[in-house]
Amino acid sequence: MNTQTPMIDVRQIRKAYGVHEVLKGIDLSVNKGKIVSIIGPSGSGKSTLLRSINMLEDVSSGEIWLDGKQVNRPLKGRQFENHINHIRQEMGMVFQQFNLFPHLTVLQNIMIGPIRLRKLNRAEALDRAQTLLSKVGLSDKGNAYPARLSGGQKQRVAIARALAMQPKVMLFDEATSALDPELVEEVNQVMKQLAAEHMTMLIVTHEMRFAAEVSDQVIFMDGGVVIEQGAPKDVLSNPVEERTRAFLRKHLSH
Amino acid sequence: MDIELIRQILPFLAQASVLTIGLTVCSLAIGLVVAVTITIASFSRMRAARWAAAAYVSIMRGTPLLVQLFLVYFGGPQMGLELTPFLAGVVTMGFNIGAYMSEGMKGAVLAVDRGQNEASRSLGFGRFDTMRLFILPQAAPLMIRSLGVNTVILCKSTALVSTIGVVELTYSAQRFVTSTFKPFEVFACAGAAYLIIVAAISLIVHALERAVDHGRKAAL
Amino acid sequence: MSLDFSVVPDYFGILWTGILWTVLITVLAGGISILVGIAIAVATLYGPRLLAFPLRGVVFLFMGTPLLLQLYLFYYGLSQIGIMLPAFWTGVVGLGLHYAAYNADIFRASLQAVDPGQAEASRSLGFSRSATLRFFVLPQAMLTALPQVGNNSIILLKDTAVLSVLGIAELVLNAQRAISETYRPFEFYFTAAILYYIVNLAMEFLLRKAARKAEAIR
Repeated sequence: MNTQTPMIDVRQIRKAYGVHEVLKGIDLSVNKGKIVSIIGPSGSGKSTLLRSINMLEDVSSGEIWLDGKQVNRPLKGRQFENHINHIRQEMGMVFQQFNLFPHLTVLQNIMIGPIRLRKLNRAEALDRAQTLLSKVGLSDKGNAYPARLSGGQKQRVAIARALAMQPKVMLFDEATSALDPELVEEVNQVMKQLAAEHMTMLIVTHEMRFAAEVSDQVIFMDGGVVIEQGAPKDVLSNPVEERTRAFLRKHLSH
Repeated sequence: MDIELIRQILPFLAQASVLTIGLTVCSLAIGLVVAVTITIASFSRMRAARWAAAAYVSIMRGTPLLVQLFLVYFGGPQMGLELTPFLAGVVTMGFNIGAYMSEGMKGAVLAVDRGQNEASRSLGFGRFDTMRLFILPQAAPLMIRSLGVNTVILCKSTALVSTIGVVELTYSAQRFVTSTFKPFEVFACAGAAYLIIVAAISLIVHALERAVDHGRKAAL
Repeated sequence: MSLDFSVVPDYFGILWTGILWTVLITVLAGGISILVGIAIAVATLYGPRLLAFPLRGVVFLFMGTPLLLQLYLFYYGLSQIGIMLPAFWTGVVGLGLHYAAYNADIFRASLQAVDPGQAEASRSLGFSRSATLRFFVLPQAMLTALPQVGNNSIILLKDTAVLSVLGIAELVLNAQRAISETYRPFEFYFTAAILYYIVNLAMEFLLRKAARKAEAIR
């Protein structure tokens, strides 16, 4: 059944800081419209893996493919720069710390990418931004500056900003980890909505329940390797590996 | 204290102050261009550019302004560079203060949260656009204070060009001392003139800071 | 006219003497700037208001006017009221006081940055106010102030060149003497610049080492 090209295809990537290897040959693929969650203890390399796919981190070896195009092509200088700028427009990235642009309004945050990079005119970009804002439930905040928003609102704007580029995949790097507990749900709701629309998503998270709910597949990483992967009900409820079990025991108990 | 003398020389010192202000403004203009160039070079992808920027700053900051001034004004003609005292002063001070100002600019750019760079890059913006659209607008307000401090330092260092014959405040005061033999009154008056100019610079810097701050708050 | 550095070695002796004087002036004026700077900081923070207020005014005057003008004022102004100081000491003290004003600002901020718990602990042990300051607060403030005060000392090194206008035979004046005999300003000012740069690098190196040590203690 797996005849289509995967949307994200990661083959044997390795990354080391000096002698310390943080990714020890990771394989991973995400098919179109699928949702894959990566869980694991801090320091397991799960965030590094996600950031590597967006080339925010260089990998030492291995290949990263996005929809049949290689992300980490061995280009140099200006050529690499052009290539990477182009391919990043196809990937939406959501950060733990939101990273909204504080000197721009919410609408400007969302519109600047489409206008400058996708060459939309202002009216089109505004239209798109307003649609996305209402989708994340923040239609009334368009002219506010990020400093005026709660963490949950900031993250929803950040998601809208990434979606405005109409990316092929969305990458979420611990999108709710920096949020107060009562604000987590509003962000989760937006992500669930995207899942219902069959957006291809790769999610690094520490929330087991959320991962179980939205994912088609769950990957457990530890020490820079994939320990176990499969359907959420298998990995989260019936893990085969002892390390997975130990991790889940610790995390489901509180 | 000779009050009558002070009354007599004040108009002349006021005139000389105009030249001191002119020296400061012209050097500042050159200094800003130099500083921006150095700052851009120090964030370049090319190692040679980064190295050249660091070497420039180190040499400019590592040698006395007075020696740089003498080298340009007295040594320049040997290299086919004959400048008027005013031009030699303005060029030397501009290139000198530019090195100091670039340090403040670099610091401000580095003070912008790294996540801003990552967010912009992950959207697909290139390095130049990232700097222009996101980093610089946030770094600019952080630069104002250090630029102000350097402008005050610059204003005071214009006194050094009196040694190559520019009749600015200090040289003008010296001339009055030779003719009146009242060094205390004359130099104190010149000092007061510098204080007024320096205070004016500080006021402008404060107003700029407040304007930026206000602009932010109004926008919120 | 082209450059000819071959005359420079003949004047190596006078340049060497010049740089030694420059270093000596730096050490003396630097010492004054630190000691007086600490005194001003302590006086403005803990001293009686009658002393603190005018002192802050003096600091403002020193920081708001050019060093060169201050030197002229001391040198010629003092002689006007009958005080004849040798040029050397006028230069050293003037330079030292100028930077004492800058250092006072830094020491003030560092003193205020010391955790109030330190003074409380010392006072609860029974130390007097002045002993608390001397043994606990000041040493910690000095460590905090070290990088910036060191930086000022490096800037001071370069401002020793200004003392040449008072006829003090440091590096610049000695270079000028060589120039008056050879008519080669570029060569000698360039050589002087290199010598300053070397001393500057040495000072930066020492300061970095000291700062690293201070950082380890803090």
